[in-house]
Amino acid sequence: MTGRPMVEISGLRVWYGRQEALKGIDLEVRRNEVLGIIGPAQSGKSTLLKVINRTIDDVPGAVWTGSLRVDGEEVRHIRDVSALRRKVGMVTPLPVGLPLSVFDNVAFAPRMAGVRDRSQLEDRVERCLRLAALWDEVKDRLDSLGTRLSGGQQQRLTIARALSHDPEILCLDEFSIAIDPVTTMRIEDVLKELRSAITIILVTNLVQQARRLADRTAFFFNGELVEVDRTEAIFSEAPADVRTRQYVQGIFG
Amino acid sequence: MFEASSHTRNKQRGEQAARAVLFLMTVLMVAPLLLIVGYLFYQAWPILSLDFLLSNPRNGMRAGGIWAPLLGTVYLVVISLAIATPIGVLAAVFLNEYARENWFTRIINLAVVNLAGVPSIVHALFGLGAFVLFAHLGKSILAASLTLAIMTLPVIIASTREALASVPQPFREACWNVGATRWQTIRHVVLPNSVSGILTGVILQVSRAAGETAPIMFTGAVFFKAIPEGDPFAYRLFDQAMALSMHLFTISTQVPDVPKALPYGTAVVLLGTVLAVNAAAIVLRVRLRNRRKW
Amino acid sequence: MGALIKRPRLEIVAETAIECLIRLCGVSAILFVFGIFFFVLREGSQFLFHGFNFREFFFSQEWYPTSQSHVRYGVLALIAGTASVTLLAMALAVPFGIGAAVFVSEFCSRRAREILKVVIELLAAIPSVVWGFIGLTVMNPLIINAFQTPIGLNVLNGGLILALMSVPIIVSIGEDSLKAVPDSYREAALALGVTRWQMVYRVLLPAARNGLLAAVLLGVGRAVGETMAVLMATGHAVKIPTSLMDSVRTLTATIAAELGEAPVHSNHYQVLFIIGILLFSITFAVNLTADLIVRGVRGK
Repeated sequence: MTGRPMVEISGLRVWYGRQEALKGIDLEVRRNEVLGIIGPAQSGKSTLLKVINRTIDDVPGAVWTGSLRVDGEEVRHIRDVSALRRKVGMVTPLPVGLPLSVFDNVAFAPRMAGVRDRSQLEDRVERCLRLAALWDEVKDRLDSLGTRLSGGQQQRLTIARALSHDPEILCLDEFSIAIDPVTTMRIEDVLKELRSAITIILVTNLVQQARRLADRTAFFFNGELVEVDRTEAIFSEAPADVRTRQYVQGIFG
Repeated sequence: MFEASSHTRNKQRGEQAARAVLFLMTVLMVAPLLLIVGYLFYQAWPILSLDFLLSNPRNGMRAGGIWAPLLGTVYLVVISLAIATPIGVLAAVFLNEYARENWFTRIINLAVVNLAGVPSIVHALFGLGAFVLFAHLGKSILAASLTLAIMTLPVIIASTREALASVPQPFREACWNVGATRWQTIRHVVLPNSVSGILTGVILQVSRAAGETAPIMFTGAVFFKAIPEGDPFAYRLFDQAMALSMHLFTISTQVPDVPKALPYGTAVVLLGTVLAVNAAAIVLRVRLRNRRKW
Repeated sequence: MGALIKRPRLEIVAETAIECLIRLCGVSAILFVFGIFFFVLREGSQFLFHGFNFREFFFSQEWYPTSQSHVRYGVLALIAGTASVTLLAMALAVPFGIGAAVFVSEFCSRRAREILKVVIELLAAIPSVVWGFIGLTVMNPLIINAFQTPIGLNVLNGGLILALMSVPIIVSIGEDSLKAVPDSYREAALALGVTRWQMVYRVLLPAARNGLLAAVLLGVGRAVGETMAVLMATGHAVKIPTSLMDSVRTLTATIAAELGEAPVHSNHYQVLFIIGILLFSITFAVNLTADLIVRGVRGK
């Protein structure tokens, strides 16, 4: 956790039309840490992730100002957006299995990036499915459609896809919303295994999940970054801001 | 206690009457189709045979078959759809996948809708002015096919858009999230899953291109042309051609003393083809809806 | 991904090329619509701007384009021809079409609905030349026998045929508009104890009013623009009809019938193109209006 921060955000403001979704964010994500981001709905947490991988560009009416650097590069000025998106793995709240075979689901990103060699793809697919704790369940049916897997399997498939392009940052946006607690636990174990190798940004509505996994936790409320500190500081010791304390204690949500 | 009052009974009688009237209206509308097809078949029966399809019109079109017009229609349909399909599909891809909601795309949408409503005779005038005269193609299969292509374009665009729009947005976002470009996403996920809808739209335009008369009357279809029987490559791109629809018009209005069965036979072949193609498209649509991948 | 892996250069170039092509095709629709207007105007423009008598065109019913001594280009009778056939067609097609749309949408079992929709789609596919043929060979003798008139090619024949041709579009769009009315309307009305028909008549039809109007307008557009069927079924008399049994000529049929004979670039030829512009403008206006209304219904 030394050296240049992985993500540096400075003065970030985002508008959806007239509505201000992020009101000036200054935040740092350190290399190889797990940063938890908590806060009630409509706080701007997902919006932040969208700016990191520039998928905010595809939201009609979205405008953003300020600076956001990934690994030193200003995201706004990156010409090859696909390269940026391969550096950042994104796991969405709702599991999505592409209408391709399981194999093709995980091989999709490398193929699009130019990997053609079949054996390389096979290695990569197996590695990512193992990392996502899905290999044992699908190894005999790699040809079956990704859309026919169960919700929990599709979410793990999404994670395998997100890992398939060797991201340096893994962003998870409320990944456990649509899946059962057992699968959630399995994925949390996966994250624990990955944490030393990559940087993880974990947006979650489950406050206790942040407590379990995050090194530092940031509290977002109503488009503002209220507070960011070591996880223990946010949870057990007295947080600086009263709103953080109230949210963490479940007084509102 | 729950006995129907006379008011309720009256209401129910009114209801039944209304239902009956509406049913009758529907039947009255639908019955013509069946009656017409039946009557045409009945009148055409004596002349329908393979020979009818494969032999040329003879004796000033008072005898013989419909080979030349039939082949001409095939040429026109194939060439016009070969032109219209790629343009239509790509235009729909633009409108659904690339275009942002702004005044410019709204104008394009408007243009597509209005293109769809242009009368067929105006298409004929356009074809004459633009392709036959301005582009110096002369009256030819090419000019007629181009005219037909412009005519079928809006429906191909509309049905392709529908097919593209039926692919759920989360699929696209999942592809973009892993670094696929917009085109890669379209090529590998969106288009392959829209093929059935696109195909249905194109097939439906086959019957439309085969049935239209006005657009080809002045751009390439001709009263009579002698071509060898049984040769599928008898026409050239810059030839004029006979066509089924034109032929039906000709022998029922321009040629005197035509034996009765002849125009009926032509009508039956034209109508039969059109209905068969449409029915096939409908079956295809139902089949492929059931094979959806999500 | 490692820097060793890169998309092949050729692929990137091809992608740029095809995206360019896509944008081009997208814009093409506008080009074609303008193109149609432009080229039709072009063929008629010389006469239109030099010596064309607007007053005579619109207000005279004397259409004598081939006269040796006194050429006149009055299209009033032709407009009357188009209007009369269209009006008759709509008078028949609208009630039947909307009635059928209501039936299919509200009173039908699912199975029957599927079948009916297929039948209506097939009805819509019948080529106009076949309809014209039917007018010529089926309706003609029927009308002669039923009404004891010498000629069966008249407003009645054309109107009936056009009605059958316009009905499918009215049913199809009408049914879409009825489907677009939220189920909550139906449920609320039925919960109050009204019969199905009362619910349709008092709640549904008013709610779907816009869409039904658009359906009718599109039917009108279809009828006004129809060429072959009216060419073959309405006869050849260029005069304002006074009864259903009169033969008439529509604007569309006139172009189709005379274009082949008019020498290229002659005044007659150019006037036919000018009629084309008139037709284009009418259908453009009708379809534009209908589309603006339909957009609201389908929530595009």
